Amino acid sequence: MTEHNQSLETLQDIKRMMEQSSRFISLSGLSGVAAGICALIGAWIAYPYVSGFRHHIYQPAMVADRDFYNALLSSPLFKIAVVTLIAALATAFVFSYIRSRREAIPIWGSSAKRLMLSVSIPMIIGGIFLLKLLQLGNLGLVAPGCLIFYGLALLNGSKYTLSEIKYLALMELVLGVISLWFLGDGIYFWAIGFGVLHIIYGIVMWIKYEYNPENSSTKLNLEQDYRNRI
Amino acid sequence: MLNPINNLNKIFDSRIRLGIMSALMVNDDVNFNDLKGLLQITDGNLASHLKSLEENQVIKVEKGFIGRKTNTSYSITKTGQKAFKLHLDALEKMIKSTK
Repeated sequence: MTEHNQSLETLQDIKRMMEQSSRFISLSGLSGVAAGICALIGAWIAYPYVSGFRHHIYQPAMVADRDFYNALLSSPLFKIAVVTLIAALATAFVFSYIRSRREAIPIWGSSAKRLMLSVSIPMIIGGIFLLKLLQLGNLGLVAPGCLIFYGLALLNGSKYTLSEIKYLALMELVLGVISLWFLGDGIYFWAIGFGVLHIIYGIVMWIKYEYNPENSSTKLNLEQDYRNRI
Repeated sequence: MLNPINNLNKIFDSRIRLGIMSALMVNDDVNFNDLKGLLQITDGNLASHLKSLEENQVIKVEKGFIGRKTNTSYSITKTGQKAFKLHLDALEKMIKSTK
């Protein structure tokens, strides 16, 4: 019987090590909540500027790159979008950083790098694509595009972090596709996708992995136990 | 019936070596510092286990530089993969037989 338990424990160790070495597990649920709140505030500030475009999902294309970038950089919506993105990334980082400190897992390992790379490639390509859509005057497609590319980026990254994130990715994708049929209402879908879904996902993940104090202490005990045995 | 214990590989007898092998099974390569962080052990301890795994030719070492710092990374060999899989199978058999 003890032999049985020992083998089981060894297998569990192996499994844990495989997971820990290949996945970035410090991503905190609170990061999701914080990013979601940033998105909702951003959407709320942007709302008055966007509502003018409601029945106006096309505008004439700006063929010259210079005209387009001048118009873009002076547009309040673009500024709001950039600030929202930076705020969301920064607050998300802070909570995950705190979690990694608390659990004594280094935050910047190779799994973090792989996660960053696999998420940022679809995001950057998506960003370039959406800028081109804006230049050509397809305002209505920007919100669905954000949701779809973000969903694809998360799906791509899901193999390098907590795998539940793929459900968030799938919901962003479904929402993005649905919003293609409601082109004037992009801001609502955007707020649901980046605000509400992040908050819900964050709360669920926080309850599952971080909230229960007993849960986290048993995890620490295991770690301690493991170290003692070596 | 063969005693499954015969298939348990002595090389993987320590938890640290098991940990190293597990990490290398699922990653193309892992560098020294990441292994140290994962296993939370001292440099010397980790180095000696890595050495013995290397001597048994189940892992290979690649020394390189990132800027001016040395960066030593480790990856699993074909032999190592086979040996580790056999070891896991043996563990599984032991669990099944003693249930």
